[in-house]
Amino acid sequence: MSDVVMRAEDVHKRFGRLEVLKGVSLDVQQRETVCIIGPSGSGKTTFIRCINHLEKVDGGRITVNGHLIGYRQKGERLVEDSEKSIARQRTQIGMVFQRFNLFPHKTALENVIEAPIQVLGQSREQAAEEGIRLLTRVGLADKTDTYPGKLSGGQQQRVAIARSLAMKPALILFDEPTSALDPEVTGEVLSVMEELAHEGMTMIVVTHEMGFAREAADRVVMMDEGVIIEEGTPEHFFQAPEHERTKQFLSKIL
Amino acid sequence: MLAAVDWHVVWVRVAHPDHVFFLALTRTVYVAVIAQVIGVLLGVAAALMRMSKAAPMRFISGVYVWIFRGTPLLVQIFFVYYGANELLGFTLIPNSLNLGLFSLDGAIVGGILALGINEGAYMREIVRAGIDSIDKGQMEAAKSLGMRYGLAMRRIVLPQAARVIIPPLGNEFNNMLKNTSLLFAIGVYEMFADAEIGYSNSFQPVEYFLGVAFWYLVLTTVWTFIQAAIERKLAASERGEELSFFERVQAVWNPVSAWRSAR
Repeated sequence: MSDVVMRAEDVHKRFGRLEVLKGVSLDVQQRETVCIIGPSGSGKTTFIRCINHLEKVDGGRITVNGHLIGYRQKGERLVEDSEKSIARQRTQIGMVFQRFNLFPHKTALENVIEAPIQVLGQSREQAAEEGIRLLTRVGLADKTDTYPGKLSGGQQQRVAIARSLAMKPALILFDEPTSALDPEVTGEVLSVMEELAHEGMTMIVVTHEMGFAREAADRVVMMDEGVIIEEGTPEHFFQAPEHERTKQFLSKIL
Repeated sequence: MLAAVDWHVVWVRVAHPDHVFFLALTRTVYVAVIAQVIGVLLGVAAALMRMSKAAPMRFISGVYVWIFRGTPLLVQIFFVYYGANELLGFTLIPNSLNLGLFSLDGAIVGGILALGINEGAYMREIVRAGIDSIDKGQMEAAKSLGMRYGLAMRRIVLPQAARVIIPPLGNEFNNMLKNTSLLFAIGVYEMFADAEIGYSNSFQPVEYFLGVAFWYLVLTTVWTFIQAAIERKLAASERGEELSFFERVQAVWNPVSAWRSAR
């Protein structure tokens, strides 16, 4: 119980009249890697964006390390939390975006050390030392002073992963981290992610890469039309998916 | 007709300006610089207010731009200099402002303020377009790293928006250098006032106004080169291929190509 890092209970989210999440509940344990699969429009990206409050949930609750995300309990009601405490919670939750979102006016190393210095208050020396270690870990020791514009997509995404790691988060969210990449460079990003998973980082990964799921995921969750319709081990999904919708979806992407 | 022009006077005005003229030139430059700085700060503030979630903020920003873009600059200058103290009920614009090393005449203070406030209204749209041009993912990435809105704006969004803002900002400053001449009307002794007084003493309009036009041209041209250098410096850090200094100068001369190269 105590090692639940992320708990979502009956999460609802709507955009105008469109209900995107219709009651999503999910627990993610410490050191666990969970892959979320599902057709586009199933709400999987929206769901992980709710976890760090980039989207505001309309119903239900999400906690990370036991702390309610984005809201404060006020008597019976939930009220939106202050910007300051939302920001503080986000330091615990890393996020890697589909389109990398590196800061183009900063070098690879500056991207990595920006938040440790500005948010965590680390000294430049301390942050840079750690930043170089992280960039080395993702195989980019020679690119520390390179601007994102001169890096390949795969390299940029690895910098983005290092940038997340620099905050020492309890959990990292990956939003389709390889779907904007050329096929020949997805491997370098996935292998960094696999390594992280094996080292025990807690990860929630929205992906269509079933190869990654097989290698690194402890659990796979299938979403469709705003709800989780099936979850199990990767083997379960490869060998005996139960749901008709899951079978259909897997037959398309495998 | 050209024979009637005393070319020697033109030559002296251009090539051997006196001490008084140089003081006037200096005044033109610092008035323009300070007013532009005020304009940029007000423009950023008004742009952020315009994008605020709070309706009253957006409203104030809207009224500000509506008034200061919708009325003549000369009216605003007179209003601020002669009317501000009376309207506000306290002394916003002193008779003279003592800044330790030097003191500023009240007309200069009022003039700078009026030019700056007017400029802010124009800068708001430029700043907003710059901020809008930055991908929303930048703010999201900054927030997901635990940055608050203000920090993310200051460290991530505005520095990138600056690249888009700089070319039109340069054009604004070019205008500002010339608009300072309006302060002559409230008694600021700047470059145009110097020429006007020379003219009224000598009744040699061509000589004095040609001379001062030359100096305005010098200022705006020097500024063009400075702007090109600034843009080059900003571009260097971001893009792989870099424009040459000469191409930058050309880009500044031509706002359309400047805009394109900022893309």
